[in-house]
Amino acid sequence: MTFELSERVQTVPPSGIRRFFEIAEERDDVISLGVGEPDFATPWAARDAAITSLEQGKTSYTANRGTRELREAISEYVADRFGLGYGPDEEILVTAGASEAVDLAFRAFVDPGDTVAIAQPSYISYEPGVIFAGGETLPVPTTEADDFRLTVDALEDAGAGDADMLVLCYPNNPTGAIMTEADLEPVAEFAREHDLTVLSDEIYAELTYDVDESHSSARKTESSAGNEHVSIASFDGMRERTIVFNGFSKAHAMTGLRLGYALGPAKAVNAMNKIHQYTMLSAPTTAQHAALEALESCENEVREMVDQYDRRRQFVLSRFREIGMDVFEAKGAFYCFPEVPAGFTAEEFAEAVLREQGVAVVPGDVFGEGGDGHLRVSYATGLEELREALARIEAFVDEHA
Amino acid sequence: MSEREVLELLRENARYSSADIARMTDLEESDVEATIQDLEDAGVVRGYQAVVDWDKLEDERVRAEVELNVRLDRETGYGDIAERLARFPQVKALRLVSGDYDFDMEVEGDSIREVSQFISEKVAPVPEITQTVTHYMMTSYKEHGIELGDGEDDERLSFSP
Ligand SMILES: Cc1ncc(COP(=O)(O)O)c(C=O)c1O
Repeated sequence: MTFELSERVQTVPPSGIRRFFEIAEERDDVISLGVGEPDFATPWAARDAAITSLEQGKTSYTANRGTRELREAISEYVADRFGLGYGPDEEILVTAGASEAVDLAFRAFVDPGDTVAIAQPSYISYEPGVIFAGGETLPVPTTEADDFRLTVDALEDAGAGDADMLVLCYPNNPTGAIMTEADLEPVAEFAREHDLTVLSDEIYAELTYDVDESHSSARKTESSAGNEHVSIASFDGMRERTIVFNGFSKAHAMTGLRLGYALGPAKAVNAMNKIHQYTMLSAPTTAQHAALEALESCENEVREMVDQYDRRRQFVLSRFREIGMDVFEAKGAFYCFPEVPAGFTAEEFAEAVLREQGVAVVPGDVFGEGGDGHLRVSYATGLEELREALARIEAFVDEHA
Repeated sequence: MSEREVLELLRENARYSSADIARMTDLEESDVEATIQDLEDAGVVRGYQAVVDWDKLEDERVRAEVELNVRLDRETGYGDIAERLARFPQVKALRLVSGDYDFDMEVEGDSIREVSQFISEKVAPVPEITQTVTHYMMTSYKEHGIELGDGEDDERLSFSP
């Protein structure tokens, strides 16, 4: 028999979004709040740098780890923005999207039978990534009662102390939850105590809003521009056990350019690079030129996009409250995570609102434990569409709930 | 600085309702209304207009950008000349600029003939005006920060991770 699929591939179920995608394709008036990518184009200066690099014929492989200039720029950027110290030589690896970096980490650190604890709800690629690497996953559910933050109680209840690795993603896709310094401290303590390797996906780090709770009624967009993201790698004793993922897809609106990076101690990054150099050789060269420019000169554009997301976030949250749907006060990324009204499962609601009103949202179950009963609503969409989409959801709720 | 924020949003889209703006800024709707009223009263917000792509309409609309050079004398300043020109309804914009000419004037009319006549019969004879250079606009690609032409379709997948 040809193509006998590996057990690993067979184990992973098809994506939960697939069926919805097919329904959405049937009609042409769908407003999609189902997208996990910016609706902005890459800042012009970055696009221009990519074009110029092509004009100059810069189309060969780069160093496996990425160009020296880009690694230096990343090193400075993460130091400036997040107080993280990683050297360009052996502690930074430039990859084809954060996705590749995540995959490399699982392959570099997971042995068959190893257990990887994943704080859920979470981005949909971690679990398959662990399975492809031969490991087993251990869901650690977070709940709305805890503002979808990971707590030590949840880690203990799930038995995460016996795991080998812990995956975190804050600001979170799909909930929009963030973890403050105070929230992270006990998790760091737990990781040290139980000798866990931590993979921290911080791709939404720049997209953090309204951090200071005391300002919630008179907040200023300037001060909520994400300065306060805290990386778990910055806690005592955590740098040596953590890999941080970041990239250009979200804050720099560069999804299609496929560029991300991993930060970690030399030993770990070298191991990841070992796989990377045989599978990818190097990240896309054109994208590396764009990324360098993005770091060097596009800070204002990033700030502007963050401001826009923040306004849309407030708009969407306020509309859900008005509609009478309970909604978690998301503080990061570009998602909000309302609860479906009584009488529906998330999947039923998402399917019905798509069929009847042409609004695409993602049911929370797709993102793992703790996500059921919720919807992931992306506000990476223009305000006019958001307004119309929310009006349609309101009509749906008025009719059915 | 809610004033600045409200202003930015109005400039982005003057049709945002006070309720929309209130939701986006977390202000009270009544505060938004008051802020807009203040901005209007103070003459900061002078009006609201649609951004039109005339190429999409059947009706012809002729627009020209006119460079004007003037000679000032003891009695007449730029302000006096500007005041006189700005009164004409055909003049849609008038600015004093630095560089090779003095005023930059936007004129609109229903036909090239109408616009030409206006310039030759009403503008050129103004005694202080020494020279006019008229540029008829052929195609507009961007107006008020908005790119014209065919709308950019959202080509993203309807669902993505
Ligand atoms: C949490 C998270 N990590 C990683 C990615 C993938 O990023 P990249 O485009 O850099 O591969 C996404 C994309 O949705 C994401 O939400």
